[in-house]
Amino acid sequence: MNKISRRKFVTTGLAATAGVSGVAAAASLAKRYGLLPPDSGGVFGPGETLTYAAQRLLTKHSLAREFPRTMISKVPFPNEMPPLSDDFKRFQAGAFADWRLTVDGMVARPVSLSMSDLRSFPQRSQITEVVCEEGWSYIAEWIGTPLIEVLNASGILPQARYIVYFSMDPDWWDSLDMADAVHPQTLLTYAMNQGDLPVSFGGPIRMRVPRQLGYKNVKFINRLTITDSIKSFGKGLGSASPEGGYAWYAGI
Amino acid sequence: MTHWITTICFIALLISGGEIVISHPRFYWGETGNDLTPVLFKIPIPSSRNLVPTGYGYVLPDQNGWSRYLHFEAAWAAVLTGIVYAIWGFLTGHFRSNLFPAPTDRKWGAFLDVIAKHIRLRKSDEADAFSYNVLQRAAYLIVIFVLFPLVIWTGLALSPAFNSAFPAGVNLLGGRQSARTLHFLVSVILVLFLIIHVAMIVSAGFASRMRAMITGISVAPAQQTEEERT
Repeated sequence: MNKISRRKFVTTGLAATAGVSGVAAAASLAKRYGLLPPDSGGVFGPGETLTYAAQRLLTKHSLAREFPRTMISKVPFPNEMPPLSDDFKRFQAGAFADWRLTVDGMVARPVSLSMSDLRSFPQRSQITEVVCEEGWSYIAEWIGTPLIEVLNASGILPQARYIVYFSMDPDWWDSLDMADAVHPQTLLTYAMNQGDLPVSFGGPIRMRVPRQLGYKNVKFINRLTITDSIKSFGKGLGSASPEGGYAWYAGI
Repeated sequence: MTHWITTICFIALLISGGEIVISHPRFYWGETGNDLTPVLFKIPIPSSRNLVPTGYGYVLPDQNGWSRYLHFEAAWAAVLTGIVYAIWGFLTGHFRSNLFPAPTDRKWGAFLDVIAKHIRLRKSDEADAFSYNVLQRAAYLIVIFVLFPLVIWTGLALSPAFNSAFPAGVNLLGGRQSARTLHFLVSVILVLFLIIHVAMIVSAGFASRMRAMITGISVAPAQQTEEERT
């Protein structure tokens, strides 16, 4: 007969108990230190939490790779887009002179910025890679205002936890935690490769988050809302992505 | 125990990885690559994305959402299990005594012996029921200490956030698209290993091998029949 010893049973049982209580302890620690992503529920929650927590500990201040000018893709790849709305086309016909970026929520001074207002903020350019979750990528020079400049100008309150950003395309909105919001490479991009940001690449304003995948880089940004809780936005999962089945945190 | 967790993870990684590949079944070398750049090679299958020029007239449904969640969760489970296995393997001497070739087998002749035996279709020795021959040992060592680390490394090199903290990881591989291509190729080699691995178990007697793997007790074929008679 099978000779599985009692000792083996006992050690396996102890190891399993230790494992389960270890996971429970880790989950409560993660929550305490803000290492739980908004989509941490469900069967894929443990994997997402491990990824997000590990990367927040490892990559808080690290910079995405920047490339020499010679590596800029000759023909950048504009991804497929849903058809533009009539409202959007009206803004486009007016060269986005009437486009507004509103900043509201937990700020001392809610503002509504025109494109020229945005261009008056300190500028930063970076040559970084756009990486799509599907597998393809290209490199371009992105020029814009670091998000932190706009947040500071509107007097962001200390209890802020997330920056929610909205697109003119109502199906598309997302949010950043504070680590990515204050990151120097997170740009409100309005120019690309020495020209205005083309509509096919998200113009007039695209959120550029080079430490995360392409889908986090939402196009046609027209509103920022600063909040201390993500629960009241959409289904409370942090962005439109988890509602469509994709992870909120796209740093992988 | 670690073997079966790894099996579940591997199957999950394989299915979800396959789904992710379908959204862009084109492979490149270097840093960048997309529908507008030349490919290194492509898989002749339809894609789940409209813009990929596959030559097929239709687009498959997008399954990337759950596939990606599953891929990364299974990867975590596999890596954590692998760490436990590696610690156990070194502490108990499993690697030293069962996987590293026995001292007498540490020469090329030993490999040739095993290969010759297989070519002549000789029945395996009774000793083979209890230990791995030198060819098996080499294959397991390559999988455990070369292919698994390589597939983890090339996978991590696809994470934009991980790359920001450890840029050398992706740069050493020749860029992001090279890392993706290598990740795919190493996975293909692992699948080939899996097929041979399962085929060998079947040929060695599925029931007796499974019993040995689940209970940890190995019985030689002769002994086994005797036991079953009683």
